[in-house]
Amino acid sequence: MNPEELFLVELTVNGTPLSARVPSRRILSDFLRHDLRLTGTHVGCEHGVCGACTILLEGKPVRGCLIFAVSVTGSAVTTVEGLVNNDGSLGIVQRAFHESHGLQCGFCTPGFITTIHAFLKENPHPTEEEAREAIAGNLCRCTGYQNIIKSVMRAAELIDSGVRDDH
Amino acid sequence: MILGCAMTTKSFGEPILRKEDPRLVSGQGRYLDDLGHDALAAAFLRSPHASARILDIDVADALDVPGLIGIYTYEDLEGRVAEPLPLLIPHPALLNGRTGYPLANEYVRHVGEAIVMVIAEDRYVAEDVVDLIKVSYEILKPVVGIENAKAAHNAVHSSVPNNVSAHSVKEVGDARAMIKSAPHKLSLDLFIERSACSPLEGKGVYAIWEEDSQELRLWSSTQTSTGVRAAVAAKLDLPLQKVECIAPDVGGGFGVKIMHPWPEEVLIPWAARKLNRPVKWSEDRREHFISSAHERAQEHHIEVGFDEEGRILGLDVTFFHDNGAYTPYGIIIPLITSTQLLGPYKPASYRVEFTSLFTNTVLVIPYRGAGRPQGVFAMERTVDAIAKYLKLDRTVVRERNFIQPHEMPYDLGLIFQDGRPLEYDSGDFPASMAMLKKMVGWDDFETMRGEYAAQGRKIGIGVACYVEGTGVGPYEGGFVQVETSGRINVATGLTSQGQGHQTVFAQIVADELGVPIDDVFVTTGDTRRFPYAVGTFASRAAVMSGNAIALAARQVRDKALRLAGEALECDPQDLEIVDGIIRVKGDHAKSIALKTVAVLSNPLRYAFDESAKAATQFAVGDTSKPPVPEDQEPGLEGKDYYSPMASTFANGMHAVIIEILPETAEVKILRYVVVHDCGRVINPMIVEGQIHGGVAQGVAGALFERMAYDESGQLQNASFMDFLMPYATEIPTVEAGHLETPSPLNPLGIKGAGEAGVIPGSAVFASAIEDAEGFEIRRMPISPSELWELRRTMKENA
Repeated sequence: MNPEELFLVELTVNGTPLSARVPSRRILSDFLRHDLRLTGTHVGCEHGVCGACTILLEGKPVRGCLIFAVSVTGSAVTTVEGLVNNDGSLGIVQRAFHESHGLQCGFCTPGFITTIHAFLKENPHPTEEEAREAIAGNLCRCTGYQNIIKSVMRAAELIDSGVRDDH
Repeated sequence: MILGCAMTTKSFGEPILRKEDPRLVSGQGRYLDDLGHDALAAAFLRSPHASARILDIDVADALDVPGLIGIYTYEDLEGRVAEPLPLLIPHPALLNGRTGYPLANEYVRHVGEAIVMVIAEDRYVAEDVVDLIKVSYEILKPVVGIENAKAAHNAVHSSVPNNVSAHSVKEVGDARAMIKSAPHKLSLDLFIERSACSPLEGKGVYAIWEEDSQELRLWSSTQTSTGVRAAVAAKLDLPLQKVECIAPDVGGGFGVKIMHPWPEEVLIPWAARKLNRPVKWSEDRREHFISSAHERAQEHHIEVGFDEEGRILGLDVTFFHDNGAYTPYGIIIPLITSTQLLGPYKPASYRVEFTSLFTNTVLVIPYRGAGRPQGVFAMERTVDAIAKYLKLDRTVVRERNFIQPHEMPYDLGLIFQDGRPLEYDSGDFPASMAMLKKMVGWDDFETMRGEYAAQGRKIGIGVACYVEGTGVGPYEGGFVQVETSGRINVATGLTSQGQGHQTVFAQIVADELGVPIDDVFVTTGDTRRFPYAVGTFASRAAVMSGNAIALAARQVRDKALRLAGEALECDPQDLEIVDGIIRVKGDHAKSIALKTVAVLSNPLRYAFDESAKAATQFAVGDTSKPPVPEDQEPGLEGKDYYSPMASTFANGMHAVIIEILPETAEVKILRYVVVHDCGRVINPMIVEGQIHGGVAQGVAGALFERMAYDESGQLQNASFMDFLMPYATEIPTVEAGHLETPSPLNPLGIKGAGEAGVIPGSAVFASAIEDAEGFEIRRMPISPSELWELRRTMKENA
């Protein structure tokens, strides 16, 4: 049997151009985690249901586990690491999770944070019901979601009060 | 505010934001699969059959896959690795305990049992190889479900022809005679289905073998790193000192990760040593469904006798527990059901008999709640049935059977899961019920029902109570150390899976030592830092490690005050520590920093920095005494252990108001109210978070989740597509009220909180659905189609 053919995948990740040569079947979440070593993106089910691997592809939330890395070469990707402010302080959604006890084990959290970040760009003034709908594609086993909804509302509040967010 | 008064910011009891969060929300957590990028990867060929004999394993087609390192079957295992896995918790009632092998030895007994381990350069290649291995089987008839296990036409283990692993009978008084002579009697059959912990992160193991020093370092996504360390050292025949185990950030546990050693926890270190290469295995979601563990399936038969007032005179419970294919964790679950079923009640007599049965399904070990959800379901259904029979308010029957506050401590006459007498230490059940009724508006509910009925809507209210033994022994330890920089290092051996231990233990130390919480750094689950521990389960971490760490911090405080007293030439009793400064009460000018005392505590020969210079032999010391006085140790640190005489008992009561849609029989949750007593609360924000998460799992187990095995033992819903773990749209907002009756059993007065929220889930929903529909609910979970069908059958029969 022959070794697998490798393909060059070039991405702009969190504003930085990064590349690696990988087999065509390399999944984007594995590419980010193991080839680029950005382990903030987590993999909870590998079948697109739990949402822990949610990243922003050209600003839109997508499941990293359902995309081949090679298929998105040339794209811009934002991961949870990229939502930290340039000075190292927490971005608005990250800060809201901290202040609202929106996480316990933290495993699903990166997928929620990327999802909510994109949602608030579209709807910066959600109602609580809209916030609940917005996160209804992500699974969390620890929090019962109550404080995640609170985090969404808190993030909206922080945006309104003009708190710094570089992204 | 009183000005001029010594103000120390108390953090115990405050909703302090979590210290672990900034790391975790910015993608800087380090979970198992975030480690060892260059390690070899393992994948497993797992049985596709529930019961079969392995005839042949053919690897010929797999051998020339580029990147393959090794293929291992049972025949390749060596020494103690080839022996059965340990039976962790033996018990006299466990007559026929059975455990599996790390890789199947001739027989497989459930779908998902590991047969072949493949090691390759990466996981993709390892899975390719698994696909190319051909195993031939003689397929045997499987035993699936409690009824088939009882019937015993087939056996899971040929050496156990009746499929019975354990049998137990316990009696307090003569319940059968009391029921016979009681004015009223009822009997009920109650059934609960399987669910599973389902943490978002599966299991995982990563091992590095150091050939030169013959040392093994392993990381496991575990709830007990000390347990894994000891088990692996024994299996690999290594001295304990040559093995270290670390639980990194762990993405949820809920019970499944307290089991150890999992086959992979033995095999991955074994392979790492054999190959002299780092090896890693990360469980995928399907593997987690079919090869880790489930819990909950039990069938209960109840006979109850009671008086005109609803007081229970005799309670006779017979139940059957499905323990799956093996019993590595013993029979903890039915033991807990049989003891905790009684909840806050005091029946005049009690008999409980259980039989634990083997089935060809995934093994059963504790899932948050651990046998209590079943017991509470059985007891609360019984109390509701009594109320209905006597036409009494459901809360009135409960109140009449409550143990009263003045009866605490209350001995129930049974032996608990820790082998000690079941004695409740504290609790005020009438006060809890009064609080719950007020919060949920129990007494006004009929008005609400009428208002909804007027709009053609059907609602119901349910109530359920529980008592939870928490903080079980044998012990935990704590270590507290003040560095000369002022940094406070804290370590305890038990692990963390999201409970916020880095915060709550820091709160305890900050208060005990009088230091800012930002200076306190807590490490858990690392055998290099604290080698003696049991683990994180049974709502025990805050009680056990919390108290041990408090005791260790008090030692440090005593030593610091003594040394400061010498330095300041005053009585240590006149000193206080505020914000890391030791000072004379009432004379704040006379002071010394805690970090300076740390310098003084460790006389040095060599000055490596400015603070060390102050501790060299020419700088400090009374030349008439040895530099370190007799009976003293250098360094400002302390270590202590907490080992309780008995478990402490938390309790709570839940109420739910639901609406059932007329067309679809879908259950909508209108309100969910919790009253909760876990003694003194270290951090109310974290305790509420635990309740929210527990309630979510209770809702899940009552209305959504089940393990859908078919008759051949295939788990038909082994994915997140088919196993209905709730999203945000299915989970209610929880309204929580706290009642604090401190535990008299431990220095901090705390009781555990971790499991509480989940326990009354099935009971409270069954109560509410029955209240809305008017017919009996005897099986949980209940889906809309089942409820719709039940409704139709009831209508036809009526």
